[in-house]
Amino acid sequence: MAGPADTDLVPHSPEEGVRDRSGLYSTARYVGARLGGSLVSLFAVIVTSFFLFRIIPGDPVDAMTHGRPVSIEQKQQLRREFGLDDPLYQQFLDYLWGVVRLDFGQSFQFSRPVTELIGERLWPTLLLVGTAVAISALIGLTLGVNGAWRHGSTSDRVNTGLALTLWSVPSFWLGLILIVVFSSTLGWFPTSGMRTEGVSGWEAVPDVAHHMVLPVVTLVAVLYAQYLMIMRSSLLDEMGSDYIVTARAKGLRDALVRRRHAVPNALLPTVTLIFVNLGFVVFGSVLVETIFSWPGLGQLFYSGLNVPDLPLVQGLFVFFSAAVILMNLLADLLYPVIDPRVRP
Amino acid sequence: MATTVIRTRPGKLAVGGAALAMALTGVAAGAPAAQADNEEKTTLTVAVSQEVDSLSPFQAVRVITTSMHRWMYDFLTNYDPQTGETIPALAESWESSDDGLTWTYHIREEATWSDGEPVTAEDVAWTFNTMMTDPDAAEANGNFVENFETVTATDEYTVEIQLSQPQVTMLALDVPILPEHIWSEVDDYGEFNNDQDFPIVSNGPWILTDYQPNQTITFEANEDYWRGAPKFDELVLRTINDADAQVEALRAGEVDFVSGLTPAQFTALEGAENITVNQADGKRFQGMTLNPGAQLQDGTPFGDGHPALQDPVVREALVHTINREQIYEVAYGGFGEPNGGYIPSRYDTFHWEPSGDVVNAFDIDQANQLLEDAGYTMGDDGIRVSPEGRPLSFRFNVHADRPQFVQAAQMMAEWAGQAGIELKVEPVSEVGSLLDAGTYDILTTGWSVNPDPNYVLSINLCSGLPTEIGGAYLSDAYFCNEEYDQLYQQQLAELDRDARADLVHQMQRILYEENVFVVWGYADTLEAYRSDVIAEMTPQPDPGGNYYGQDGYWSWWSAVPAGEAGGGDGGDASAASGGDDGGSNTGVVVGVIVVAVIVLAGVFLLVRRRAATADERE
Repeated sequence: MAGPADTDLVPHSPEEGVRDRSGLYSTARYVGARLGGSLVSLFAVIVTSFFLFRIIPGDPVDAMTHGRPVSIEQKQQLRREFGLDDPLYQQFLDYLWGVVRLDFGQSFQFSRPVTELIGERLWPTLLLVGTAVAISALIGLTLGVNGAWRHGSTSDRVNTGLALTLWSVPSFWLGLILIVVFSSTLGWFPTSGMRTEGVSGWEAVPDVAHHMVLPVVTLVAVLYAQYLMIMRSSLLDEMGSDYIVTARAKGLRDALVRRRHAVPNALLPTVTLIFVNLGFVVFGSVLVETIFSWPGLGQLFYSGLNVPDLPLVQGLFVFFSAAVILMNLLADLLYPVIDPRVRP
Repeated sequence: MATTVIRTRPGKLAVGGAALAMALTGVAAGAPAAQADNEEKTTLTVAVSQEVDSLSPFQAVRVITTSMHRWMYDFLTNYDPQTGETIPALAESWESSDDGLTWTYHIREEATWSDGEPVTAEDVAWTFNTMMTDPDAAEANGNFVENFETVTATDEYTVEIQLSQPQVTMLALDVPILPEHIWSEVDDYGEFNNDQDFPIVSNGPWILTDYQPNQTITFEANEDYWRGAPKFDELVLRTINDADAQVEALRAGEVDFVSGLTPAQFTALEGAENITVNQADGKRFQGMTLNPGAQLQDGTPFGDGHPALQDPVVREALVHTINREQIYEVAYGGFGEPNGGYIPSRYDTFHWEPSGDVVNAFDIDQANQLLEDAGYTMGDDGIRVSPEGRPLSFRFNVHADRPQFVQAAQMMAEWAGQAGIELKVEPVSEVGSLLDAGTYDILTTGWSVNPDPNYVLSINLCSGLPTEIGGAYLSDAYFCNEEYDQLYQQQLAELDRDARADLVHQMQRILYEENVFVVWGYADTLEAYRSDVIAEMTPQPDPGGNYYGQDGYWSWWSAVPAGEAGGGDGGDASAASGGDDGGSNTGVVVGVIVVAVIVLAGVFLLVRRRAATADERE
């Protein structure tokens, strides 16, 4: 927030100085309130995470040793190692102390630190879901603008209908259909995975891209509708505004009115949506990652829930929530920058 | 999908964006540029759905990793694929003292580690001693060394094991023997996952050379393996989580082998071109346990099991209402063997099945007769009432993730209804908590049985009952029978295989007649492979057995590449695996950067537009 004082040519009047300070003060208060709110939410998430996953029925030790000849001593050893023997309050305090040090403990099933696992799986998820969100935002926003500008037209109705249909399709089902059609029948794309075994270095770039096509298409198909709908409705709101009438009255070309006047204002609500979605990017898509065996965070979460691998699911839950909270905070802080009307 | 959308009047922005996106996601990239010069390297690719828990044999407990360790590390003994009997492996020969407490193994002199070091008796002694002294090293296989007093290498190729009491699994010690010269340098076996240095030094037919977590695991044939080198050059396990996606990958030729098929998938693959299906006898049994009154080891009853199930007559009558043939015909699509014996028929020495008077056959009339005679009178609502006035209405908790169990339970509820017994089928996500609290009447169950049946027999001993409510309990039946326990002790000390089998048969008969652990039968293991890649493989048992999850390495070790010209599927012919780990994420990181740049460019464009609008406004 660079205040209005950006020039030395005009001497500051005393009044302006006062306004400046009060502006700074209210800005600080605004930022502080948002920051405080975020910290409170984060703390609530950290506490919830611990208890939430302990409600899931199932004993991690039983699940992990299922079908294997293990003795009672071995089970007790595992229980001790996992700290499941300790009283609940002790486990909780250990967990809190760990979170403070950004240490979510050791995954039960992989016997590796949770933070290390998250670090390893974060990149594939960022790549997959990040690409999908970027493409769906582009497609959704464009179609939304076109739809609103010519609302009621055939193309608008077809686009909206198609988007809503795809939006309601279960992603795992769509993914499987795509695999059957484009992989096993046509042979255009790999059925699953992120890369071909043995390919490494620079050669991996086209290889990974090739593996990404189907999962990205699946995600985009399911995701773009929300951008379309928000963009379309907020542009429709703007289209009745006086300034649009004025712009038209000035004799501006229709395309110019749309691009320069209507769309930028209609974009505002969409910004929040994009930010919230960016937070969800790290959560990935559990279903799409599982169907396509994409080695990302969503799939990691799924395998953690199956056990339940408590340190892993707790860590992931806090991580996902923190990402969403952080992105919301950023959106809150950036909003006044973008839209002068909500400046404090 | 996206392409159709774009075609409908794209704006300039969308055209640019879509072009970028498509370039990025590689439609333009076409096929992977991965065909390096590999001189006809033959690769066998297996689809797996489980994730690796740990590559350390001291820690690994899952089927995928324990199987991998069988291929990587020699065990002292192996099982003959034809007869299932113990045959030499790392131990060339062995003998035991008359009291069965001293065992001497003679280690094969020609065995070497993949780094060239010889395999010696010291390695064997070190492996067992570490498991005996370090609880972290005992996590996976500690049960094998519970009765071990001492393990010593008496010379370079002789190991002597002293036992505190006889142990029948001395010829079924399914424990990977590890190289002392590598492993003795590890500080903490609880932390060590054996996944840092590749290739992993081992001595089995396959050497693990590369591991990409949750993507691929690559093995190379050990040319120096004493039993002979595998015929494929490379074995790759590829993770595909979804079962249907696995089938599609097999069709597409991306993988050469899939296991764990459902009857529907199996039938669909049956006529497919270049695909061979395999229907193998299962090594698991399916069944249910009837709560005979959950109790602790000291006899304290707990839980809220229906009291009528403590009456053997009611249990017998209930079992009379089960039509095992129908269960396997309908719920398992004909892919299974109805059988009441506890140990599956593929283990023909130890398998027992009821015959003659012992058979408790499907007979609803007899069920009605038994209940009538015992004073369980029919109520007005068609449900019988116990002499104490409690209706015979039982909760039947079923594993919700097994559709076959749910279907079988529903069929059983209908049959039981005809005998005046109500079964309330309730699918649950897991049965463990009900079991621990004793708050169940009937549960579905299933156990995997090893070539040596000792473990599945041991779980039903009275001494295995929990000592406190919610305490550790291995079985899921609260079965306790003194005669069974005595027979168990006898078979432990019986070194003659046939005499032992006789004792094991008697134990199964007791289990069958008690009607607490009610076995329905054994579902088949369904698998399929590419016949244009794999010409033949050895199943276990041979014939009629499975390929994946064998008690041995027979399938992949014996697999013959189809037409020595090398696999006909261009799809997975891959470049030499370069063992490079550092650059493994390069492609991904580059991709993320590209996406980030695109997003930033988009933001920049938007900001410029705003600026332009602002200019115009002024």
